[in-house]
Amino acid sequence: MNRIKPFDHIILILGTLFMCVPVLVAVMTSTHSAVDIHMNGLYLTPGDNAVGTYQTVLTRQGGFTGQVTGLTMLMNSLILGIGFAVGKIVLSMAAAYALVYFRFRFATFLFWIIFTTLLLPLEVRIMPSYQVMSSLGLLNSYTGLIVPLLASATGTFYFRQFFKSVPDELLEAARIDGAGPWKFLIDILIPLSKTMMAAIFIIMFVYGWNQYLWPMLMTTEERFFTLMRGIKQILQVWIGSQIPDYNEAFALAVLALLPPVIVVVVFQRWFIRGLTESDK
Amino acid sequence: MASITITDVSKTYPGAKAPSVSGISLAIRDGELIVLVGPSGCGKSTLLRMVAGLEDISGGEVKIGDRVVNRIDPADRDIAMVFQNYALYPHMTVRENMAYGLKNRRTPGPEIEARVTEAARMLELGPYLDRKPRALSGGQRQRVAMGRAVVRQPSAFLFDEPLSNLDAKLRVTMRGEIRRLQKRLGTTSLYVTHDQLEAMTLADRLVVLNEGRIEQVGAPLDIYLRPASTFVASFIGAPAMNLLDAELDGARLRLGTSVIELGQLPGAKGAVTLGIRAEDLVPSATGLPFRTDFIEELGAQRLVHGHIDGQPLVLTLDPAMQIDSEMRLSVAAAKLHLFETSTGKRIATAARSGLAVPQPA
Repeated sequence: MNRIKPFDHIILILGTLFMCVPVLVAVMTSTHSAVDIHMNGLYLTPGDNAVGTYQTVLTRQGGFTGQVTGLTMLMNSLILGIGFAVGKIVLSMAAAYALVYFRFRFATFLFWIIFTTLLLPLEVRIMPSYQVMSSLGLLNSYTGLIVPLLASATGTFYFRQFFKSVPDELLEAARIDGAGPWKFLIDILIPLSKTMMAAIFIIMFVYGWNQYLWPMLMTTEERFFTLMRGIKQILQVWIGSQIPDYNEAFALAVLALLPPVIVVVVFQRWFIRGLTESDK
Repeated sequence: MASITITDVSKTYPGAKAPSVSGISLAIRDGELIVLVGPSGCGKSTLLRMVAGLEDISGGEVKIGDRVVNRIDPADRDIAMVFQNYALYPHMTVRENMAYGLKNRRTPGPEIEARVTEAARMLELGPYLDRKPRALSGGQRQRVAMGRAVVRQPSAFLFDEPLSNLDAKLRVTMRGEIRRLQKRLGTTSLYVTHDQLEAMTLADRLVVLNEGRIEQVGAPLDIYLRPASTFVASFIGAPAMNLLDAELDGARLRLGTSVIELGQLPGAKGAVTLGIRAEDLVPSATGLPFRTDFIEELGAQRLVHGHIDGQPLVLTLDPAMQIDSEMRLSVAAAKLHLFETSTGKRIATAARSGLAVPQPA
């Protein structure tokens, strides 16, 4: 057995506190009333207003038109996050499958072209993208929110590298077993890529969930608002002597935190199990 | 069940200067186990993969049964293949692995079940049917790979170095199992290996390949006893056949300072290569002067390394026999192999008898 080294533990404990305390503060503070928060600052102890605050946040008809509730925003964020993650996985898997298993001319060249788009952030092409969506009449729609961001060089790259690591004999065995390109993809490659898909799902879900600029550009109707925009809105009411609803902002932030946490926890388990179990 | 006829088949990879396989013709009879053996890069795997349909055929024709299969998809060639790294589908259980090919062929469920059960019984895989391949040992995985081939009931089995990933002991066991299975099912088989011992023990007929060409085809013992070239002589048999530079002078064979009377005129003269198997050399009162260098113990016998007149030589001796630092060796005349030095081809000689006792020149 290793001797317990106190110094190592202190570092670990400090690190854990550094990561966890802000989250704890957010959770605790959200259970107090806005006035208390305004007077006393942040809390580390639970308050008595939890049920009320969260209920308000989830169900109150807010916004300019009174059309949007916290629940709608949560739904929108989920649609965006899941749509992103699933769409990206499907698209980049299809692209990688074509690049790796079908010998067509310039495949490598095409791959590198796709790959170099990694270097371009969304912000660079945000105006042309907006223009295209606008001409297609897709502003204020889920399609417009999701589709333009689906092409993923990262995902294509990961899947390509993964497919390349699958032994050729597996393809040959499948060919002899009478599996065509479709069957090989569905029966062999997709089950083998589970771990890869879990990893990409985590990354892409969080990426989609955290989108702020793109949804703000694409949607003007409040029923398409995502959680990220909702938080911003609550804090933007500082007019005259009105106190911003800090408790609601914190509650919304906590709500915004939960789905990514759940996704990471669930898929990470799957991801790690896949890593330790599989031998190709 | 079917024969496989390979006619003048060649393969040149795009961009390669020399063909990997050139002009190979081979007729494999129904139910025969043919072993393709040769060093790495001799084209044996390429030939097998062309029969399987995994490589395009650059020239020539492959027939399985009466059907030319050059342009037929691997799935429709009615063959099954066993790969060196097993190529089992890692996410499927043993049962699913074996059933996958049948399912794709739309074999009815009960029949799949029956065939898988039968194969599992034959290969003693029953207790493992619901395990994933990763939970199996190397030998078990190889049996699953064979099971996957067996359930298909194909007209031919193709084996691509199936035992190379196993440890030495398991290899011997599995070799026996493959042989037994093949005899029992009577399925035409083509087996590729680089291991000459595996080739000798398994084959009905051996095909020795070198640089994309056939060096010799024949029953293992025929090849061992009458190798067609120095390549075959040095490749088949362990230890490798001793190959010595010698000179023919009529019916007299001059080897260093010694002379061997052949008793009859061979069809060549001048410089030749003399081949002698290690076990054909026997110590005697007179004969070739042998100087011992070192000894390798094999238990049942000993390998004695040394040289005669500066040329290295190996002989096998009984462990009970005394070994001196200098010995005299003789060999039966019928056990002498003569090869042309320039081409390495065997020089045909009629059967001889008697002990060729070399005399000092």
